[in-house]
Order: sequence, then C-alpha cells, then structure tokens
Amino acid sequence: MTPPPDAPLLRLDRLRTVFPLGDGREAAAVDDVSLTIRRGETLGLVGESGSGKSMTALSIIRLVPAPGRIASGRIELDGRNLLDLDDRGIRAVRGRRIGFVFQEPAAALNPVFTVGSQIAETVAAHGLARGASARVRAIDLLEAVRVPDPARRARAYPHQLSGGLKQRVMIALALAAEPDLVIADEPTTALDATVQAEVLDLLRDLRAKFHLSLLLITHDLGIVAAMADRVAVMYAGRIVEEATVDRLFAAPAHPYTRGLLACIPGARPGPRLAAIPGVVPALGHLAPGCAFAPRCDRRFEPCERLPPASASVEPGHETRCYLYGGATPFAPPSRGPS
Amino acid sequence: MTPLLDVRHLVKDFPASAGLFGRGGTVRAVDDVSFAIEAGETFGLVGESGSGKTTTGRCVLRLVEPTSGEIRFKDLDVRALSARELRRARRQLQIVFQDPYSALNPRMRAGDIVEEPLIIHRMGSRDERRTRVAELFTLVGLDPEDARKLPREFSGGQRQRIGLARAIALNPSFVVCDEPVSALDVSVQAQVVNLLLDLQQRLGLTYLFIAHDLRLVRQVCTRVAVMYRGRLVEIATAERLFSGPAHPYTKALLSAMPTLQPGQKLERIPYDASTFQPLPLREIESGHYAAL
Repeated sequence: MTPPPDAPLLRLDRLRTVFPLGDGREAAAVDDVSLTIRRGETLGLVGESGSGKSMTALSIIRLVPAPGRIASGRIELDGRNLLDLDDRGIRAVRGRRIGFVFQEPAAALNPVFTVGSQIAETVAAHGLARGASARVRAIDLLEAVRVPDPARRARAYPHQLSGGLKQRVMIALALAAEPDLVIADEPTTALDATVQAEVLDLLRDLRAKFHLSLLLITHDLGIVAAMADRVAVMYAGRIVEEATVDRLFAAPAHPYTRGLLACIPGARPGPRLAAIPGVVPALGHLAPGCAFAPRCDRRFEPCERLPPASASVEPGHETRCYLYGGATPFAPPSRGPS
Repeated sequence: MTPLLDVRHLVKDFPASAGLFGRGGTVRAVDDVSFAIEAGETFGLVGESGSGKTTTGRCVLRLVEPTSGEIRFKDLDVRALSARELRRARRQLQIVFQDPYSALNPRMRAGDIVEEPLIIHRMGSRDERRTRVAELFTLVGLDPEDARKLPREFSGGQRQRIGLARAIALNPSFVVCDEPVSALDVSVQAQVVNLLLDLQQRLGLTYLFIAHDLRLVRQVCTRVAVMYRGRLVEIATAERLFSGPAHPYTKALLSAMPTLQPGQKLERIPYDASTFQPLPLREIESGHYAAL
C-alpha cells in the first residue's frame, strides 16, 4: 500500500502523554497535540522549558520515560499507527525510519568506542552493510557531515572531539540508516554561535540532499526563522499556534507567541525588553482554562473557564485563543480577512 | 575622568592538567587584557566558550588570583589587598552567577542566603538585618513571605532574583554579571534583564556584563569588548561594534548571529583561526579599539 505522494510522512492526532502526580491524579505533559510533517518539510516546534516539546518528540519514538505513558491519540508514520507496534516493531522504526539528534552529543555517544565504530555498528545493526563496508560507510557519513579528515577522525574517541564535531558525529549517526524523518531536539543549544551557524548550515544542506523531513525542537526563534517551513508553538503541553514561518513572524496571533517574539532582544529599541510577566506553569498546576491566561494581558471572561479549542485565523494558520473564536470547537473554521 | 574599574595587562595562567598525558606547564586563559569601565556603564564582555571571559570576570574580583597585571577599583589597588582588606572591598564588588540552580546553597532558606553577607560584614542588628532582607526581596520582585522557602521551591528566574538580592545586599557599586540570564527561559530572561536595568538606575550600579548572547549584549550594553583565545580583539560602543566591526574575528562572530527574518540565509563571514595574531589593541577611531 503506497500512500499518495502528498500524504503527510508523520501525523500526530490528538496525542496525549501523561505523568502521575503522586496523589492519584495524572497531568498531561503533552495534551491534545495534532501535527503533520510532509516529506521534505521542516516543522519547528517552539516552546520554553516544560512546554512539552521534548516529551512530544520522545512520544513519537515511544521513549517516554517511566512512569509517564502515552494515554491516547495516534502517531502515524506513512499512515501506520506507531502505537500499534510491538517492541520489535518500534525498534525497527527508531533509527531506521526516524533518526534523532539530541542537545548533548557528549551524553549520547559511547565514550569507550571510536566514533567510526559507533557509526559502523549502527549501519550494521540496521542491516545496511557489515564489516569493512560498514566502516567505509561510516567514513562516508563523517564526510557527508563535513568532519574534516574523516578517515582519521573515525578513529577518534568522543572526548577527543570538540563540541561541534561531536554534534556532527551525532548527525552522522542519525543519518546512518537513511531515515525519512530526523528529530533534532535543541541540536545547537550547547554550541558557540559560530559553530551553531555551521551546524545549522549543515542540517539545511543535508535536508535538501537526502530529502529529509525535519522536526526541529528549539526555544530559539532565531533558529526557527532560519530553518523552518512551518512552526508550532507549544505552551504547557498544548500547541497554541501553528502557521507557516513567514506568517508566524509577520502576524503572530496568540498573545503568548506575540510575547515571545517581542521579548527577544533587538525586537524593539532598548535597553528594556518586553517581558511576559509570571512563570511557565508547572505540570499539575495548570489553570483550568487557557494555561496562558494567568500571564496574558488580553485575557477576558471565558479564558479562565475552559481551554479554548483550535480556531483558524486564516487557512493554514491555527491558534487556540478565545480572541479568535476558540469557543466553538465544532463550528466550521471561520474565514480570516482576505 | 578616572574610570571606576581599570584593568591593565591582566594575565591568568592555569596549570595545564591535560588528562592522563599532562606534562605540567601552563595554559594562559587570560592574556594581557586591559580595559576600563566608567561609573554607570554596562560593559559587555563577549566571546565563545573557553575565550577567557569568565576567568577575566573572576580575576577582577580576585575570586581567581591573577598571575600578573593591575586592577584598580576607585582608589584601591585590588591586587595588593590583604585578605581582610579584600573582604572589606567585597562590599563594593559583587558577582551574579550564571546558574541559579547551583549558585545557591540548597540547604539554606532564601532569606538566610540573602542575609548571609550582612552577617559576614557585621551589618546591623538581627532585626535590622531581617528588615533589610525583606526590603531586598521586595526590591528584586520577590514576596518577603517567601524568605522561609528553600531554593528548590523557586523557579529558575526567582532563584536568579535571590542571587541578585544577595549580590546587592551590601550596596555594592560594581557587579560582575556572569551570563546572568543564559540558563533562563526566554520570557523569564526579559524579566531578569529588566530587573538588572532597574536596579542599575535605582542603585547607581556599574556592570561588567559577561554574555555570549550577542543580541542581548547589543540591547543592554553601553560598550562591548570581544574576547578570543584569552585576548581582547576589539572594544567599542555597542552601537559602533555592531554597525562597524573591525577585527576579522568580530566580523565572523557577528555574522553568525541568527536574524529574525524567516528564510533569510546568513551571509556568514568565516574566520581562519590560523591567521590569529596576538596583537595589542590600538585606537582605530575615537573610542574604538581593535587588535589589528
């Protein structure tokens, strides 16, 4: 069964991942999250700490740390629900169909093996090559991620490499099995500015070369502007806004998105910054209505009662906010001004 | 006008303990660094990790003993101070650390953390100190009622406020802010930056602002020094540095700054590290120094 060419590669449908609070209740770290990523597309998933963006990524590859669990929803890769797979089935998806790059390359690489042997092992584990040809493939991959002198560097141990080189090795590992989708969780946060720019350039080129889909998780809107086709903004476990990157930066709708854009240094003349008052709520301490309402300068009567449903600002631009009619979840999407 | 802080030819060597095969010797973390900060300034010190900016900040306060060089603060020769004199001087010279999670003693209550410097410097009676702590809590935007809580009961931004309250408890005139907001969420960063600016105005503070976030430095600093491999390569007003960087390293660094224009590919300027030469700073235009 071949899916139609324009079908999404990945589709999350009302995904909900919960953690027990210890008092018998459960809190949703990921709440009613629906997303799609098409082939070759880069989706930026933006949020602050505790927004649920990393937990969304871990849910996709079914690596939610215990005692958390995926409570409901669907995660479809090429139309197949990953939640129906047994352990063997999901292991075959991890790495092979979905590669991942994490923030701390140092923690993800094994310190006692050379980086070349780690890549070769991954290549072999996915049955793509063995022995000497896997080692050659490892060197090719190091070259593809622009590690200088790849044959020599393949024999290096992780601690012998700089942070930027380690992150390149991580990217090579993620690409080892030629996945369709790469999930990159804060891939450049631990790196210096010039190295960050190089790694982003590399990701951009690899994406085109291998026709990858990319789920790019970050707190940095500058990275989103540079890399993403579409953006989803998460707050307290929910997606509060989704739009194309141009649209999101030009006409942000949700007060949280607007606040985030305004408080980036340089967004307005200084020295004072526009700040969002208050703090990101802790899991299990969410307001009953819109989770952002306690910090929102536009809140009004309905905000504190029920969480708003997703509403269309214009086609392809959705937000969960009563300012845009989020109160009528089952009404047809309203037309934005054209 | 005499600057508030005048640093000349600062050098810091660390013993090189390069793992298993370390063969003694030293690593020069700070190499002949000179700069002067006027009262009321926010003087930015930027550079990548390992450039020596944090060590420079700590040397200025003698939290790390400099190897050589001169540090003058007002009329004090900071390097010549005895341990006792240094303790006295610390009333005026304070620091705020990057990581609000590890900088606070987890077993001490927030109020005691803020009160501690007052006790060390024998300021006021118990009651006076308690009143001062409540004042400081209010000043940094914390509820004085929360003085009894432990650090872990506060969010990252609130912990940074506790660190700030402690730093300003003794009415310092100079504060080293070492990456004060880089561990915080974007929306909380803005709150803490604004608080730093408010306190500066109200208390007449001068800041040495160490950061790697160039956008933030551009926004809040009056002048900026760029550090590379232990050396200063450029000093200019923030406006001039960002509009007309002179040193090739500064140009490369600034060109790596992500813009907020979607789809705009950066015109990055590469820097060939092998061309780096440890040259002294020279004035290339009024108030603009570069190691060229």
